Amino acid sequence: MSDLAIEILSKATAVAPAAEVFITQSENTPVIFEANRLKGIQNKEGRTIALRILKDGRVGFASSNKLDNLDWLVQTAVETSQFGAPADYNLAVQSTFPTVDSYDPGVEQINLSQMVETGQQMINYLLAHTPELVCDAHLNRHKSTVIVVNSEGLTASYTRSAFSLDVEGTLISGTDMLFVGDGENSCHPIVDTQRILESIRLQLERSKTLTTTKSDKMPVIFSPNGVASALVSPLFAAFNGKLVLEGASPLEGKLGLAMFDEKIELYDDATVPFRPSSSPFDDEGTPCQCLSLIKDCAPQNFLYDLKTAAQAQKKSTGHGIRGGGLPVPSAKAFVFRCGKTSPDDMIADIKEGLFIEQVMGATQGNILGGDFSGNILLGYKIQNGRLVGRVKDTMVFGNVYELLKNATAIGSDGRWVGSNFFAPSFYFPALSVSSK
Amino acid sequence: MPQIDDIARQLASKFSVCGADYIEAHFEDRVASHITYRGKNLEGLGKSASIGGNIRALINGGWGFVSFNSFDNLDNQIKIALEGARLAGNNPSIRLADIPKAIAKIDSTCKDNPVQIPLKQKKELLEGYNAIMWQKPQLQTSIIVYGDSCKKSMFVNSSGSLILQERCDVTLNIAAVASDGNQIQQASISVGSLGEFSAIQQLDEQIKEIAERASELLAAPQAKGGEHTVILDPVLAGVFVHEAFGHLSEADFIYENDKMRELMVLGKQFGRPELNIVDGALIPGLRGSYQYDDEGTPASKTYLIKDGILTSRLHSRETAAKMNEKPTGNARAVDYRHAPIVRMTNTYIEPGESSFEEMLSEIKDGIYARNWYGGTTSMEMFTFSAGEAYSIKNGKIGHLLRPVVLSGNVFQTLQNIDAIGNDLEMNQGGGCGKGNQYPLPVSNGSPHIRLQKCLIGGK
Repeated sequence: MSDLAIEILSKATAVAPAAEVFITQSENTPVIFEANRLKGIQNKEGRTIALRILKDGRVGFASSNKLDNLDWLVQTAVETSQFGAPADYNLAVQSTFPTVDSYDPGVEQINLSQMVETGQQMINYLLAHTPELVCDAHLNRHKSTVIVVNSEGLTASYTRSAFSLDVEGTLISGTDMLFVGDGENSCHPIVDTQRILESIRLQLERSKTLTTTKSDKMPVIFSPNGVASALVSPLFAAFNGKLVLEGASPLEGKLGLAMFDEKIELYDDATVPFRPSSSPFDDEGTPCQCLSLIKDCAPQNFLYDLKTAAQAQKKSTGHGIRGGGLPVPSAKAFVFRCGKTSPDDMIADIKEGLFIEQVMGATQGNILGGDFSGNILLGYKIQNGRLVGRVKDTMVFGNVYELLKNATAIGSDGRWVGSNFFAPSFYFPALSVSSK
Repeated sequence: MPQIDDIARQLASKFSVCGADYIEAHFEDRVASHITYRGKNLEGLGKSASIGGNIRALINGGWGFVSFNSFDNLDNQIKIALEGARLAGNNPSIRLADIPKAIAKIDSTCKDNPVQIPLKQKKELLEGYNAIMWQKPQLQTSIIVYGDSCKKSMFVNSSGSLILQERCDVTLNIAAVASDGNQIQQASISVGSLGEFSAIQQLDEQIKEIAERASELLAAPQAKGGEHTVILDPVLAGVFVHEAFGHLSEADFIYENDKMRELMVLGKQFGRPELNIVDGALIPGLRGSYQYDDEGTPASKTYLIKDGILTSRLHSRETAAKMNEKPTGNARAVDYRHAPIVRMTNTYIEPGESSFEEMLSEIKDGIYARNWYGGTTSMEMFTFSAGEAYSIKNGKIGHLLRPVVLSGNVFQTLQNIDAIGNDLEMNQGGGCGKGNQYPLPVSNGSPHIRLQKCLIGGK
């Protein structure tokens, strides 16, 4: 693959003064269970080759996955450069990358039969607890390689392994549908499934009774999943250096100004060992880092790629991420620092309120302004310090910046949710709740 | 893609002797271009080309699937697919509904391949739109995302079907973001077509409107949370029917779950007798239109709800066989990297008899919700969000409100549609996501509809 990258680079530098080649190669092997039964086994190979050139003051871009048509790639990059955006930045120079472990050969050694067995055991465990549950499970074995080379002399590559396990269960009673589920992912093989199973068992136990809540402002606890589903999207956008530069982030001009609760600390950390979200460098060859975002009540830094950094007269923070086209600033892995309060102590502290595990639709409003509103897909009522049953037909409404001004407590129970977010539970004094 | 034609034909002969209960392959060759503006500046512009294929085999009820970019060693890919299917196979009762063998070549319906339109012409159009937005002084930034593609695909299976299809696609999303120094509000428009570039031309008026609305929203109050009488405009009602009912009609959520099958039994009353909901790829010229789905099943037009009664649902060959119903041609994959699953195509509520004015005149206190940010569903519960909202007082549209998120329970909400307009419109700007497959081109639509007791999140 590096030979291919160098071959394309030499073709490109023959026609443009500056060029960069980005190649990814990946293999995914999902094992899929549907309705409690093994349904399918897949093997997916994928490849992307992207070429960026800076020519006559403009940027040209082409991508392809064809190995036999490298000339098309170069010609198309030249063609698009005639109409491209101004080349108002330089490509990355070679620098020292942090050591970020992301490959465990043990993942490749997991065979399909082991994956099938793990999936079936997890489903069997949940069915033993709740025989009417209908479970889907998804296990995936992953390996990928990323290469960046450019005309500044940069040559960089890394290989990542990853393994993920996700289980969802549906329980139907009359027209009521209960959805429970949890998952985990890592660059290591996941051998211990107990945390996931225990988490789903607890969701089933806590949902046994259905109850109602009033429409009012009330104290709420968001579990790590709840934080991910309701509160994170606005922050992903707000710390994006491009939105800051455009004045479309509410954090623009607020670096160092107090606007968050002092207990809240947030980092974007791409260097946590053996996390699928970690890497030594970003998609344009800038070193990755652990960047402080919220500390001492104030925003500390924003996320930049090369282009946006040059426009804002900053340095790239190693957040140039590609989603098929040119890199744009994007979070690698948001990590909230854990607090000291256990979720049980939070629950015990509330006379009447909600414990929210999953909000549906919260990312679909005006996230730039920080507003969120959604339906509680999984959540429980708290009464006199105890969870007393599941609530439904209930919506929450709030603004992330209003909420994060004042947190009553932050949980000691931090964990990864999905691949790029780590959070503990958050306890807030008041949130608007509307219920039927 | 001449080589792919050859490869597919060679595969057909191998399929007949490979020992699978069923086996199929997809190949595709796609070119695309994209242009993005952020604020006044061009952000990115590029072209891409991709080629790939997949093989899917069924043995003893287990599916093996491989996808790849390289066609060098297809014998080995078949072998891996067969191994996966054998290992997964545990249920000999699974079968596929019969469909006719199909030999077809279907050309793109659009006049000019949008990818071939000169970049200069595309840029001029988008820059014109951007200039319209920047006439508004309170505009903080603008975001324009344009994309087009042309895809040639080939399908071949062990029953002797061989289908070549070509389709093009165009999408344009434009957002205006306004700020008054404290707050940020946005308004947006999404349009698309089955490759016709003209669908995104002549939008000056709509674009002026979103720039104006974004700044007006800065001063707009928030709706009060709780249950309201709501009128949805055709765009938002289209999102509503897609989220609230469309996904629940997808048989893969139902076929293996006995409780779901009881809940979704055909003949069940879901709405008032005036309610008719349709899905169909056979309706021509829309982004969800095609002649054959990704299992080679002919497309159809399916009444999901007829006269308020559940009459049919959307099927793949496997779900149709399991439920003893007819395959509807709704097995779709977003690209060669994925196996086909049951998806919607063009989904809409058929027009009724009410005029918008009649609906409005009967509301003393309510909300008129228009346009969309998005929507999602958990089957029973769904949420969908409006891009703008207005208060309704004593039969008249009042002041602008902040965008609202609406939510409901499908088993109650469809019954609560108490008026259906006579003004059906289809929206083609959306992409549907399911099972990591996003964005699948679909369209949805509706006339204006009125909902009683709709739950809205708010202060």
